[in-house]
Amino acid sequence: MLLLFILIPLLTAMLLLFVKNNKMANNIAVLTTIVTLGLAIFVAYKGAVDYNQPWILILNTRFLLHADGLAKILILLTGISFPAIIIATTQNQPKQKNIFLSLLLFTQSGLMGVFLAGDALLFYFFWELALIPVYFLSSIWGGEKRVAVTFKFFIYTFLGSLLMLVGIILLYIHTSEQNFLISTLMHASLTPVQQATAFVLFFLAFAIKMPLFPFHTWQPDAYEQSPTAVTMVLSAVMVKMGLYGVIRWLLPLFPLAAKTNALFIVSLSIVGVLYASFIAIRQDDIKRLIAYSSIAHIGLMNAALFTQNQIGLQGVLIQLFSHGINVLGLWIVADIIEQQTGIRSMKQMGGLAKAQPTLAILLVGFALANIALPLTNAFVGEFLIFNSLFQFNIWAAAFAGVSVVLSAIYTLNMIQKVAYGELSTPMQAMNTPNKNAQIVLIILLVIVFVTGVFPQPLFNLTADSLQQIIIK
Amino acid sequence: MNAIIVSALLGVIMMFSSWCVKGERTQKTIALIGLFVLIVANLAQMNGWYVVNYDTKSMLTFSRFGLYANTLFFGLTFIYIWINGEEISKIGNHAADFYALFFFMLCGVSVLTSFDNLLMLFIGIEILSIPLYILTGSDKKSLFSNEAAIKYFLMGSFSTGILLLGITLIYGATGSFHLTIPQAGVKYEQFMTSAGLILIFAAMNFKVSAAPFHFWTPDVYDGAPTVFTSFMATIAKAAGFIAFITIFQTQYKALGYSWGLILPFVIISTLLVGNVTAVFQRSVKRMLAYSSIAQAGFMLFALYGTSTLANEGILLYMVVYSLASIGVFAVLIKMKENSIEAFHGLGKSHPLLAFLTTVFLCSLAGIPITGGFFAKYYMINSILLAGAGLWLVIVAMVFATISVYYYFKVIQAMYFVEGHPAIMELDKTYTYKLSVIAILLLILGVFPSLLFNYLYF
Repeated sequence: MLLLFILIPLLTAMLLLFVKNNKMANNIAVLTTIVTLGLAIFVAYKGAVDYNQPWILILNTRFLLHADGLAKILILLTGISFPAIIIATTQNQPKQKNIFLSLLLFTQSGLMGVFLAGDALLFYFFWELALIPVYFLSSIWGGEKRVAVTFKFFIYTFLGSLLMLVGIILLYIHTSEQNFLISTLMHASLTPVQQATAFVLFFLAFAIKMPLFPFHTWQPDAYEQSPTAVTMVLSAVMVKMGLYGVIRWLLPLFPLAAKTNALFIVSLSIVGVLYASFIAIRQDDIKRLIAYSSIAHIGLMNAALFTQNQIGLQGVLIQLFSHGINVLGLWIVADIIEQQTGIRSMKQMGGLAKAQPTLAILLVGFALANIALPLTNAFVGEFLIFNSLFQFNIWAAAFAGVSVVLSAIYTLNMIQKVAYGELSTPMQAMNTPNKNAQIVLIILLVIVFVTGVFPQPLFNLTADSLQQIIIK
Repeated sequence: MNAIIVSALLGVIMMFSSWCVKGERTQKTIALIGLFVLIVANLAQMNGWYVVNYDTKSMLTFSRFGLYANTLFFGLTFIYIWINGEEISKIGNHAADFYALFFFMLCGVSVLTSFDNLLMLFIGIEILSIPLYILTGSDKKSLFSNEAAIKYFLMGSFSTGILLLGITLIYGATGSFHLTIPQAGVKYEQFMTSAGLILIFAAMNFKVSAAPFHFWTPDVYDGAPTVFTSFMATIAKAAGFIAFITIFQTQYKALGYSWGLILPFVIISTLLVGNVTAVFQRSVKRMLAYSSIAQAGFMLFALYGTSTLANEGILLYMVVYSLASIGVFAVLIKMKENSIEAFHGLGKSHPLLAFLTTVFLCSLAGIPITGGFFAKYYMINSILLAGAGLWLVIVAMVFATISVYYYFKVIQAMYFVEGHPAIMELDKTYTYKLSVIAILLLILGVFPSLLFNYLYF
């Protein structure tokens, strides 16, 4: 069952390489991603048996896929994101659509593997696999500076993951059972120095991926230069890999080191949050604004994780999902505007509400969720996150609280510039966005409000993970 | 034993075959059949069947590891000749001579995988090296080739001299050439043994092109005809590593000589020189020469690790690295020039070939689902298992990242730059042959243990 999450996208991706007809390629891709989504929903509610096979006997590593609450919520997010992205960006995909979609599906396969892997070496394997198709996607179809920017991103994350590999092996050779399962690695007998080193090695990989200040420099450029569909994958799902890594591997494996360094990392995260928020205020390019706002949100989640307190963890588990949905919605709206008018500068936008009221309403909806207003999904998560920060350190909570104000400033500022004001000439020319994109946006907005008002299913989904992580 | 005798005989047969058989294709076929016979003979010995069972007075011992390494070397040579046969016959007038030299080199390789005596080491190294000097200079009309050959010959002879001096000093101190003689408990003349070991160490470093004894490598690899560079950088070098490991992993380590300092120094400088210099190369051939120095740095990890895992690792590393390099060189042979500009736009005009090159380069860079990942994995694991040098591994990882930079330069040139690749006419079968290599790399990338199944049973 769980193997299907990897196999379906993988096999479809291979099939797509031979489908030359663009329309057919698109239909196949949409269909399989929807099937994957269906599977994800099924697994989220019914659960699934672990897939457990020996993989490389000599190293005693296993091909173990395991779906607990944390994995479920992320495969659900991945499952929702991919069909949404493919449907919403149908019109601005490049000419060789089959290869483009094929690479996207390879990415999906890798991401599913990352979230489901229960074996450290397997995790590493998928972690790298998810990256490689993105490298090609962005380098081939991105903006003007694409090659250099993507290369920076690739080298940066590659270094991080190699260091993580060293960390994994360091743990592995100090275990008694000599395998890569989390439960084994957890009992590795390391000296304090070794533990600290391994902690740093893992942490760097995740911090680069998230990205955490000061390792974030690759991100705004990469988001700006990648083709929009890839940017959506990066910001909605891929950055979650870093947070996922922290929850799944870092906190359970190094509880002591995490506790010792908590204050430092929380401070770093909050500095990053404020830094990103201030930069976001100054941005005129709507894509860069969303990118920096994303850094701020991720930083906040990371801060909550290192408070190592149950409420914060619960908040992050919800917020992982919510942030993915919100940022996806914002990207799709920004993409529709850019596709139709060709502008990204918010100064030249204005009057969207007059030209395209539906789109404007949708934008406002996602923007409110971005500020984490009550009734939206992000409120639930961020409330819990602030709660945990407050318990951890009052100053941390105070500074993080400033970021909420800042996020309101830049988001509302964006709304004001884009949706209201004088109707600008480029906006006048806008047509109604195509039906499919609208439907996707509406579904996403429904998810935003439904999970905002009634978040209990998400709590239920993640309850088991919470227990495990906290107890251990 | 079988391999040594059969390969020497086959060398002689190949040498005289050009008298009776004309036609380069037939010669290639004979060479391939010969290699097949050689593999069978070697496998026969693994199963206890000897052509000649001669008492070597324990100058040679045939361990399963050594014999298996032989099989791998022969298999790699088979693939090498299968792919590059046509190209070999384009150089010079007598392809059969080159094939004969290959068989002689394989004889040297077989000695190097089984020696138990420093004299046999010396003989093995010489049997391997002298044909290499000839191959380097085989393009007689090219000045570069001539220059490379004379350079290689002079420096190679010099390093052999150093090796001999080292062996002599060891003999003086211990009274024997035998590898198992130095024992931990016995007191030997301290100065002579250490000096001898350092000299042997230096000479072996020269043979595997580890820094600071690497200076010949770029010039020789660059000057030699590309087909032969491909052999030199892969099979010949890997055989040197097997010999290197055999000398230093057992009793010599017990002499108490401090490896803690000198070997990490060599490893780091090799990685540094190889990787950093490769970044600045415009010629892909020269870049590959430096990258082969860098890869040698990684293979030295096995020497530092010294465990069963390290031995498995070196086999995997050597196979994967050789396959990938043979692949990249085979693509490079078909390019009209060696500069990186020649690759511009290859992704558009030759999608399959470009994809295969990508697989080879990813494998060299050590990216998962290609064999290169597990090769690097084994190296890191063995060194961490030895309990030494976490810092060494971290530094190595930084260099591995740098290596991604220059390998991906080629990928970028193929896919992300528009242009017309300077590539010769290709027939389809050539690309298909290369895809066999790529498939092998991908299989080893997911199931590396396939390679070891035969090592133990």
